[in-house]
Amino acid sequence: MLTGILLLILLPPMVAQDLCKDGKEGYKVRLSIKTALGNDAYEWNESEMFFFRSTLAFSMRKYFKQDTYDISNILVCHETQRVSFVFVVTSPVNRTQLIPKEEVEQAVRLNKHRINNAFLLSDMTLEFVGIPPTLAAPITYSTPPWLIVFGVVIGVVAVGILSLLMSSVTKRRRAKEKGVGLGEEEEGREALPKENGTALGSLGDKDGVYNQGFSNEDRITTL
Amino acid sequence: MMDAIDNKCTDPIQATEAKDAERPKWDNKAQYLLTCVGFAVGLGNVWRFPYLCQTYGGGAFLIPYLIALVCEGLPLLHLELAIGQKLRTGSIGVWYSISPYLGGVGLASMTVSFLVGLFYNTILAWVLWYFFHSFYNPLPWHHCPTKPNLTEYIEECKQSTPANYFWYRETLNISPNIESSGIIQWKLAVCLAAAWCIVYVCFIRGIETTGKAIYVTATFPYVVLTIFLIQSLTLPGATLGLKYLFSPNWETLKNPKVWLDAATQIFFSLSLAFGGLIAFSSYNPEKNNCERDAVIVGCINSATSIYASIPIFAILGFKAQTNYEECMNSNINNLENTFNISDQNITETNYKEWLTYLNATNQGLDGSLNLTTCDLHTFLNKSASGTGLAFIVFTEAVTKMPGSQVWAVLFFIMLFSLGLSSMFGNLEGVLTPLLDLHIVPKWMPKELLTGLICLVSFSIALIFCLQSGNYWLEIFDSYVGSVPLLVIAFFEIIAVVYIYGINRFNNDIEWMTGRRPNLYWQVMWRVISPLMLLVVFLSYVIVEAQKQPTYSAWNPYHAQNLPYPDWVFAICVLLSAVPCCLIPLGALYQFIQLLNKHTNRCTAEPYDVET
Repeated sequence: MLTGILLLILLPPMVAQDLCKDGKEGYKVRLSIKTALGNDAYEWNESEMFFFRSTLAFSMRKYFKQDTYDISNILVCHETQRVSFVFVVTSPVNRTQLIPKEEVEQAVRLNKHRINNAFLLSDMTLEFVGIPPTLAAPITYSTPPWLIVFGVVIGVVAVGILSLLMSSVTKRRRAKEKGVGLGEEEEGREALPKENGTALGSLGDKDGVYNQGFSNEDRITTL
Repeated sequence: MMDAIDNKCTDPIQATEAKDAERPKWDNKAQYLLTCVGFAVGLGNVWRFPYLCQTYGGGAFLIPYLIALVCEGLPLLHLELAIGQKLRTGSIGVWYSISPYLGGVGLASMTVSFLVGLFYNTILAWVLWYFFHSFYNPLPWHHCPTKPNLTEYIEECKQSTPANYFWYRETLNISPNIESSGIIQWKLAVCLAAAWCIVYVCFIRGIETTGKAIYVTATFPYVVLTIFLIQSLTLPGATLGLKYLFSPNWETLKNPKVWLDAATQIFFSLSLAFGGLIAFSSYNPEKNNCERDAVIVGCINSATSIYASIPIFAILGFKAQTNYEECMNSNINNLENTFNISDQNITETNYKEWLTYLNATNQGLDGSLNLTTCDLHTFLNKSASGTGLAFIVFTEAVTKMPGSQVWAVLFFIMLFSLGLSSMFGNLEGVLTPLLDLHIVPKWMPKELLTGLICLVSFSIALIFCLQSGNYWLEIFDSYVGSVPLLVIAFFEIIAVVYIYGINRFNNDIEWMTGRRPNLYWQVMWRVISPLMLLVVFLSYVIVEAQKQPTYSAWNPYHAQNLPYPDWVFAICVLLSAVPCCLIPLGALYQFIQLLNKHTNRCTAEPYDVET
């Protein structure tokens, strides 16, 4: 009778240990607390383990949207100094049945962010071996920054080009007006000879005529 | 009829004086010096010299470099500045004046300037692209992009590094080999258009506008280099990089390739034989101390190279240190996970003891551990030059610094100013000969001409925006910017010393500067520099001919060197040969002209140089 009572008391934990040690539906967890927190690192003890099991139970509750999961459903074994251990999740309905790996994985991935923050760790320092961390989604911008900078640069350049072109056009126009003014003066003074159609009529060409005689093309050396 | 001829020939002096009055001028001496310095100091000072210094035994490389500067760089520089200042025309006019048969030399200079300008501005377009993307947080080359299911990174990026991926895939979208051209990357084409627009706005009226822009573009890089110098010396691992860079390895001096590379580096670094320096000095007043200018420009160029290599190598040392620490940490993690040791028990300092202890207590397990050997020197050796340094190695290092956006923005603005001031010289080497040849119609304003030059260059440079564009750019860089310049420079020095006449040249310099060039210049010009140029040219050709022409094609899995296909190699040879062939072709054309010459043309010189 005594053995029967002993067996009844000790059996569930032993069965639980066996369920955990089987390792088929379990996940290994690794924590690197000192790496993450340095001098502010907390010590890993039974209370922390209790906290961890409660976060896992919370994740299972959130994933299945049922309030049936409890800490006793989370079984832990293979604890080491690294701070690593293996955990399995038993079904709240039947303590001998394990929740399949895939569902545990989905539950953990859904709440990884909350679990990380609960322990002041990150994806690098709190590893679930076999569950890849959800990488940060690429940030989408309504207007990409490069377009803004490009717009600014092109705007400045366009303004520069336009202002330089305008200034040279106005300079040319002013020079032309000055030249026309002088030409008109000269034409006014010499109106009479115009009737004969002399060479003065060619004064209309302001730039003059390019005189081939002064061409540099024949600059030959003594060779 | 004789009277008519006499009238045409009696007053040439007034004509040249009038032409001189309308020739553009520098506003002041500082503008001229800054422009020459800006032209000489370019991207190569930042990304080629440190690499050479490190490859060829650190401080020991300074010896062949300085010898090359004294024997080859300064004499050629002085020669170009003096001849341009005396003859007061661009490259074609100068060589044509010395002998009509040498007009081809100027034409070759102009062609090389144009071709180099094409690919140089494409590099600036890439710099602009990186500049635009430096305003992202985090920097886009910091992390690999993720797959849609957000569980892992893109395969191509996982195999290489995020910086590599961003450069080869997101920027260039490079094709696997040079035969597959792919399509034009419109984003790069837009950046190229922006780069040419910026060049145009600075170059729109020739030296009138570049002279103003140069105050900023030539001085800004020094400001940024100083900022980087101060910041990089505070980074961990900086002293490691500097020690590695400057610790002399005297053994390398026995290798002739070191001397060859030093000579070619000085030559290309000073931007000789482009015709740009001749054009710049032709706008000087006639009496200007060109000897002092040449020494100033040459020394500033070399000093800048040395000055720039300090922050570059401090940052590379920092990068090597960081990579080493990451490597060690991953090994330590491996050990801790396998043997369930509490984390932070194994550190870098006691790593070796732990390893031997674990080896002793767990025989046979070590083989299965996959520990990578972390050697600091291997990481330091992973230096690079050229675009690899700027866009891969340096960008990776920047991501590890605090405040990476600021450093990235500063770095790329610095690269852009360095390149922009060199572009001014390249384009001036094209514009001034065109203006002096009088082939431009009188009605065309200068603004339109410069705009046309920029537009034509932009259209041709669109080939560098193809997916195989980077391969073509490397071809242009190695074949256009090398052998033709050496040939042109050799003809330049022979032309001035032996055809124009060294005595006449000495007299000119005495008239311009007030002092006859001393023995150093005489020895260099007459003997040493031409000889050195010939030796460098021959050795360069021999060394290149012995190598199989290959290029490194992008492959994320492993480095890949492919040989050039025949038609590509033919283009390479053409690129080198065409500018060189313009020299004999110019002489031939002149000979044909001589045969057809009329006898009633005015043959008196506008001014006699010897009186």
